[in-house]
Amino acid sequence: MFTVDNLKANPPSDVQKRKVSTMTNAGASKNPLQFIDPVFTLTDVSVAYGDFVAVSDVNMQIPSRDITAFIGPSGCGKSTLLRSLNRTNDLIPGAKVHGEVLYHEANLYDSKASAVEVRRRIGMVFQKPNPFPKSIYENVAFGPKVNGRPKKSELDNIVEKSLRSAALWDEVKDRLNDSALGLSGGQQQRLCIARSIAVEPEVILMDEPCSALDPIATLRIEELMMELKKNYTIVIVTHNMQQAGRVSSYTGFFVTEVNPVSDLRTGRLVEFNDTKKIFSTPDDERTEAYVTGKIG
Amino acid sequence: MSNTTAVSLESRLSPRRVFIDGIFRFFLLTSITFALGFIFMIVYRLWKNAGWLLSWDLIKNFPSYDIDSAGFQSSIMGSIWVVGVATAIALPIGALTALYLESFSNKKSKLQKLVELNIQNLAGVPAVVFGLIGLAFIARGPLSWGFTVGSAALVIAMLILPVIIIITRESIRAVPPSFKEGALALGATPWQAVYRLVLPYAIPGTATGTILAVSRAIGESAPLLLLGALSFVTFNPTGLDSGFTILPLAIFKYASDSREEFQVLASAGSLILLAILFAMNLSAILLRDRTLRKRNV
Repeated sequence: MFTVDNLKANPPSDVQKRKVSTMTNAGASKNPLQFIDPVFTLTDVSVAYGDFVAVSDVNMQIPSRDITAFIGPSGCGKSTLLRSLNRTNDLIPGAKVHGEVLYHEANLYDSKASAVEVRRRIGMVFQKPNPFPKSIYENVAFGPKVNGRPKKSELDNIVEKSLRSAALWDEVKDRLNDSALGLSGGQQQRLCIARSIAVEPEVILMDEPCSALDPIATLRIEELMMELKKNYTIVIVTHNMQQAGRVSSYTGFFVTEVNPVSDLRTGRLVEFNDTKKIFSTPDDERTEAYVTGKIG
Repeated sequence: MSNTTAVSLESRLSPRRVFIDGIFRFFLLTSITFALGFIFMIVYRLWKNAGWLLSWDLIKNFPSYDIDSAGFQSSIMGSIWVVGVATAIALPIGALTALYLESFSNKKSKLQKLVELNIQNLAGVPAVVFGLIGLAFIARGPLSWGFTVGSAALVIAMLILPVIIIITRESIRAVPPSFKEGALALGATPWQAVYRLVLPYAIPGTATGTILAVSRAIGESAPLLLLGALSFVTFNPTGLDSGFTILPLAIFKYASDSREEFQVLASAGSLILLAILFAMNLSAILLRDRTLRKRNV
């Protein structure tokens, strides 16, 4: 049973949301950070493309209505892991997820779980802004339209509300019928965020959402994320450590490990902790080397 | 002056490389001159021969043994009927096949590879073979549709189907995968993503390709030779069961007449056929350019 609808009616208070234990019981050795009613609970998760295991043995919980960041050098599997959180990896032939990915209490990869339903609840914003070759209005209306047949007036409301939430309304309200491709890169990315919001997901996954944007557009997206975390759970993959430090409450650090015997590479979660701790006094020396710029 | 760095920007290419460059450019120019030269030569000869004969009467008149009132109406209408019906059959089948192969099927399966290989092969099968199949299975045999517009349209449809599949697949492949990803991330089903985003984006490319395939089919005469199109038809087709002839074969019929006037008439018919082909190819190019312009906003 999904409990999202209950959750929306009774949002947890900050106190409830806070982590309840750090390394106290046996289970916690795998999950150093535990939350009350986490959105995701990953247990021994590995993702493989054919024979290549991109990331292995990840154990973590992701809290509700907050921002969690995945950082690490290129090829460490953080994007792959992110994509496994809404079954975007399903689209790649040969991709396989092992272990258990729980969304609240439901297993994302249960045979009864529908990838379409999963993706409606768990949206995704991609690295490169990918507006559809349609008008600004039609881009935002796309999600509601494929998920039902809303009336025109309803749709107008959803479009305006979503664009306002994405801090884009004032810039585009007079040209809703212009092509979305005429927007700047930063506006396009905010449009993609508005488009995600329009289907009212609980979670928004962001895969390096600012890597194609200039610093000012990046700043605007970050401000937007801080605003959105009041209502949405955000998981962001970023190469920009300052960004992770600025926006996220929790940070997971990944590395690529090379097996000395078989020479196979795989990504691993080295450390998952409060962002402040990761950037000041991390437990693992590899994390420290990375965040202080000694490697990576 | 002593503070500046001395550099020479003179070419340091060896004479051998300059020579090879020159040879290469020469071959390119020769090739394009040959290609264009042939077309111009054909058009020029036809025009000189029969240009003076072109008139609306030539298009409006039916074939006749009287040179003064002979024309091409029934064959032009026959070509339009056959190719029109063939396109109506082949385009939806071809486009849906391409859509399935590109967007839904398992690309790694052996069956898919086999189907792909066979489509490529079909595109290379000589047209006359399709004519024989049509004769054996459609005009006679199981369907026994006779020498009719319907039989001819089915044969031409078979002829252009593989080309339409290949072209449609190309234009579907040209759709950025990020559209589909984006749509799926919003909870769209794969079919919704294809129907609402992939298909509209692929339509102009498919249309362009189809026009080219069809313009090729209009000039095709071999398969329909076997389906009774080489006949003296003085009426327009009235439906699928109607007898017919087509423009290339009407030209052939006039050209094989021993009287010289009729051979001039054949040249005039060729000019009409060429004009139709040019018009179709031009519309394909315009359609393509318009789409590209619209996309680059």
